[in-house]
Amino acid sequence: MALGLSVIFGMLRIVNFAHGAMFMLGAFVAYYGAQLFHLPFYAALVVAPVVVGVFGLLVEVAFLRRLYGLDPLYGLLFTFALVLIIEDAMRLAAGALGSPYSAPPSLAGVTNLGFTVFPTYRLFVIGAAIAVCAVVWFVLERTPVGARIRAATEAPTLVRALGIDTQRLVSITFAVGVALAALAGVLAAPNQNVEPTMGDKIIINTFAIVVIGGLGSIGGSVITGFAIGLLQTLGAVIFPAFNDTLIFLVMIVVLLIRPSGLFGSPASAK
Amino acid sequence: MTLALLGSRRGMTVAIVLAIVGALLPWFVYPVLAIDIVAYALFAVAFDLLLGFTGLLSFGHAMFWGGAGYVATILIAKAGAPFPVAVAAALVYAALSAVVVGVIAIRRQGIYFAMITLALAQLQYFVAFQLGDWTGGENGVQVSSRGTLFGIRLDDDKVFYYAVLVVAALGVWFVVRVVRSPFGSVLGAMRENEQRAIALGFRVDRYKLVAFVLSGTLAGLAGVLFAVGNRLSGLDGVDWHTSGKVVIMTILGGIGTVFGPLVGAGVYESLDYFVSKTPIGDKTNIVMGTIFALCVLLFRRGIVGELLALRTKRAKE
Repeated sequence: MALGLSVIFGMLRIVNFAHGAMFMLGAFVAYYGAQLFHLPFYAALVVAPVVVGVFGLLVEVAFLRRLYGLDPLYGLLFTFALVLIIEDAMRLAAGALGSPYSAPPSLAGVTNLGFTVFPTYRLFVIGAAIAVCAVVWFVLERTPVGARIRAATEAPTLVRALGIDTQRLVSITFAVGVALAALAGVLAAPNQNVEPTMGDKIIINTFAIVVIGGLGSIGGSVITGFAIGLLQTLGAVIFPAFNDTLIFLVMIVVLLIRPSGLFGSPASAK
Repeated sequence: MTLALLGSRRGMTVAIVLAIVGALLPWFVYPVLAIDIVAYALFAVAFDLLLGFTGLLSFGHAMFWGGAGYVATILIAKAGAPFPVAVAAALVYAALSAVVVGVIAIRRQGIYFAMITLALAQLQYFVAFQLGDWTGGENGVQVSSRGTLFGIRLDDDKVFYYAVLVVAALGVWFVVRVVRSPFGSVLGAMRENEQRAIALGFRVDRYKLVAFVLSGTLAGLAGVLFAVGNRLSGLDGVDWHTSGKVVIMTILGGIGTVFGPLVGAGVYESLDYFVSKTPIGDKTNIVMGTIFALCVLLFRRGIVGELLALRTKRAKE
């Protein structure tokens, strides 16, 4: 489980809190969709990211855009405020207790992999995560749009001088990132309760992954995400009591040995 | 500009007004709420030493606040330790954990510093959660009697409030002294231009670490006052929302103003209390989050910061 999510999040190289809230909203859209409109799981995989993505776009255009010229810490703080509002709004609307959301019957049960049996749904999540990563990687590295996005993050002034609307690129990238967070939320929903605080743990883990991986290549983030996910899966078996702390211990060790992260260059560590 | 208020005659007036407000507070609100306000005020000032005067945003200060609170309440409740001993032990704990976190976190800057402090605080949260035998897990640690200080029984809420007020005032005075010392000037220089401070020969990492430890220890002191005041320390205290809360208070009041965080803590706690009496109930973060969002978008200097800016503008005209 952690595997799939870590990869999607690590890949986005998220440095703000809002994605945790969007992850939670994605799960809630799926949940309410199923409750009110009998929205099937596969449809929710499309609907939730679109709904939340549009919401994210509105937030970006209306608020976050005003903070770009400032210290990036203000962006972090604003998204923290957003999390507080969204979390408590959902507690007000849905109650603090979680609600169950079940996976479609076709994905229930276990699959025999030959050497071991594995819950089918987890296989599905891992597969979906790999697919999403592949698509994002392809778009970023192999298409003109991806080239522009990469250029815009590296040298925004120059890109603007070439007549490209960087503001719009940033908005679209943010919306897509938020949509992916919502997609992760839908994928996570069947394995845990849908509850207002479900985004908190995942976002803090993601922070640790980003710190461990460093601001390097997308590949680096994916490898880190997978490694951490694997470690947590193993940790859950070997010493379950302290499984939650494993990722932070890894982070400490990495920071002591390589302050800029495993795949980060020292220059980008600042 | 921000320091103009300190040391000036007007600064003296503000300090006296705050002292009077502090002295009368428990006669207007529940004494325990008054204890909360003063404890959070000290917490926010300690936090501002780092954010406002050193330029480091920690998102893990609940670690020192809640951790020290645990140490003190556990010693009092389980070992029957006298109040001063419990406080001293809690401060040692806060200082040591601040050294550890500081050494690790100051290797990175800006947004990464915030993320690392948050992650390390979360590490402590999970440990506290797992050590349920000591920390009581979800139930927390309860203290039946606060004990005595200089022969005075602290169990009366008003008596304890005044003890808290005196300790907090000393803490704030200490921060003012630090900020106005040569050491404080170096911190300011680092905040304004780290490269220049390095070029001038200052070992910025050491200065950062000392500032971090001072801030963490004072946050621990505030956390002890809060936990013993409420006769309870629980997981709430070490939760990351508490780290966020002190960030909100400090920025709401005005970073780098000393008085700002005091005002911010008072405004936050009283507002939080009144909102919780409305139909919104305990979902007060809808309101607090909105206020904070507006604060970040529109008036980043905070309440006291904006007032100071207004005064400077008037003086120029």
